[in-house]
Amino acid sequence: MFTQLADLLENIRVALDGLLANKLRSALTMLGVIIGVGAVIALMSVGEGAQTEITGQISSIGTNLLVVMPTNTGRVGGGGAASGGLTMDDVEALLAPSAVPDAALIVPQYSVSGQIIYGDTNFSASSVGTTPDYLTLNNLTLAEGDFISARDIEKRAKVAVLGAQVAQDLFGDFNPVGQKIKIANAAGTQKTSLTVIGVLEEKGGSMLADADNSVYVPISTAQTKLANARNALGKLTVSRIDVMAASESQVDAAYSRIEAILNEQHGIGPLDDADFRIINQADMLEMATSITDTLTVFLGAVAGISLLVGGIGIMNIMLVSVTERTREIGLRKAVGARKGDILLQFLMEAIILSLIGGSIGILTGIGVGQLVNLTGLLTSVVTVESVALAVGFSFVIGLFFGIYPANQAAKLNPIEALRYE
Amino acid sequence: MSLIVIENLTKVYQMGKVQVHALRGVSLSIEQGEWVAIMGPSGSGKSTLMHVISCLDTPTSGAYYLDGVDVSAMQENQLAAIRSRKIGFVFQTFNLLARTSAFKQVMLPMQYSRNGQRVSPVERKRRARKALEMVGLGDRLNHKPSELSGGQQQRVAIARALINDPPILMADEPTGNLDSKSGREVLDIFHRLHAERGITLVMVTHDEAIGKEAQRVIRLFDGQIVE
Repeated sequence: MFTQLADLLENIRVALDGLLANKLRSALTMLGVIIGVGAVIALMSVGEGAQTEITGQISSIGTNLLVVMPTNTGRVGGGGAASGGLTMDDVEALLAPSAVPDAALIVPQYSVSGQIIYGDTNFSASSVGTTPDYLTLNNLTLAEGDFISARDIEKRAKVAVLGAQVAQDLFGDFNPVGQKIKIANAAGTQKTSLTVIGVLEEKGGSMLADADNSVYVPISTAQTKLANARNALGKLTVSRIDVMAASESQVDAAYSRIEAILNEQHGIGPLDDADFRIINQADMLEMATSITDTLTVFLGAVAGISLLVGGIGIMNIMLVSVTERTREIGLRKAVGARKGDILLQFLMEAIILSLIGGSIGILTGIGVGQLVNLTGLLTSVVTVESVALAVGFSFVIGLFFGIYPANQAAKLNPIEALRYE
Repeated sequence: MSLIVIENLTKVYQMGKVQVHALRGVSLSIEQGEWVAIMGPSGSGKSTLMHVISCLDTPTSGAYYLDGVDVSAMQENQLAAIRSRKIGFVFQTFNLLARTSAFKQVMLPMQYSRNGQRVSPVERKRRARKALEMVGLGDRLNHKPSELSGGQQQRVAIARALINDPPILMADEPTGNLDSKSGREVLDIFHRLHAERGITLVMVTHDEAIGKEAQRVIRLFDGQIVE
């Protein structure tokens, strides 16, 4: 045991001597591994960061949320009537007393994108037509004034509630409640004047929906005044319906009830494709995770290629080094080095190069990850897995690309090696 | 028994389709503490004989007893162990490692001392310093080959050859690349080693003047001993 350890230390010492004898070349060879490992760590941490952020946002929505969305609105060849998307009739059917007993809140939405105008300031933001329960469902709080009331919806009142960022951009520190803003439709052909009745507290950005950058209006106003939401049958449509189940355990029951009611409403038989889709949080998480997983794998693969190139660099240099040091190998053999000693010396050189390069690469990768964080555009999370992967990979690369040149060296005949010019 | 006993040694190389008979039945013995010169024209087989004596190569047939042990059929790794313990090498072209200090050059053979012969790092340094002092380079420990003259380089090589205290020193044209003054210095060291340490010296040369320094000259011609 002790002699084996001493042998190993001896080998490391010999390999280090060999590497230090040609510092520049060793450093340049290492650079390939540094860049490769650094890229793996940095890119994988960005992928991991995106995943953490997105799943965090989805989880923050709450696990008892269901979202109903229309799918193929001009359904071809399906049974029953042509699809008119999700309509207010569907919403009313869901809202009917004890229709969906497991649902706590049912909030239809109709969103329009267009210009928001106040005085000579204008920018585009999305206008969300919705109902009073939207506030509770999305965990929003008011900073000023009131939210949309049932009465506003009934009267198709021309009122608006501003997201924190919209209020800040249009009014600065000045209280917007009571002021009039205009919302233009996407084509800019029609402008609707609305009175601001409230401002929301800042919620913070999210990749799914940006509460701070939206304007909220009564759903009826959005459907009739900001746009024409009527389908071919003259029914008012909605963009989505959010349903909050009373508890997490009631999500599945709510799901089946909603599905049954909408199938009936839309005349969809058991063999037809539905023209709507109900998404729960698990679906969303799964979707987002599969996207970010693909992203991480893709980024990792790109970085892996550069690591591979770094490994080929090691092999290239080691082969040159074996040729250049033929006489040295001959001499070492003459003074008693065995085949295994030479093999181990060159292998150890390759492994040391790739491990030191790998360690510097890890630090570089973490550093790049921190820089990415500083930009604020993306977050990066360095995981133990990515570090372990990079270290393991660089060790394997050293071993794999080192073994061929090392074997070439070990095979040399000492007499011929000593004569080599 | 003599230190080196060779009986009816032959060596045949296959060069393409032609067989080259480098040694055709060589028998000789060299005593402990003897200084022998092997001489002969090129192609006479003196290099091949030296390679066999120094355990770098094995004969095609015949026996070779080194210190009473038959080494003629040993495997590569066994021969490496024998070289490490019993033979010191001095070459015509010095064969020092580039960019490596004299001190480290001299310690090189100790890296490969095994089987209970392992030398501690402190002891290695002590021995290396002593060996370099012995060849008159005690003040050149940290000089690299490029910073040393040819004679000094050859003296580093001699220090390296002696570091494991081998009974035999093999010298292949040791003065071939040196001017006469440096060559003289090297031969003086050989005389000292021979007289003071009783080392067995086997020297290959084609220079008659150098051959005269030895106690005995073995002349080879066409793979056979002629004198």
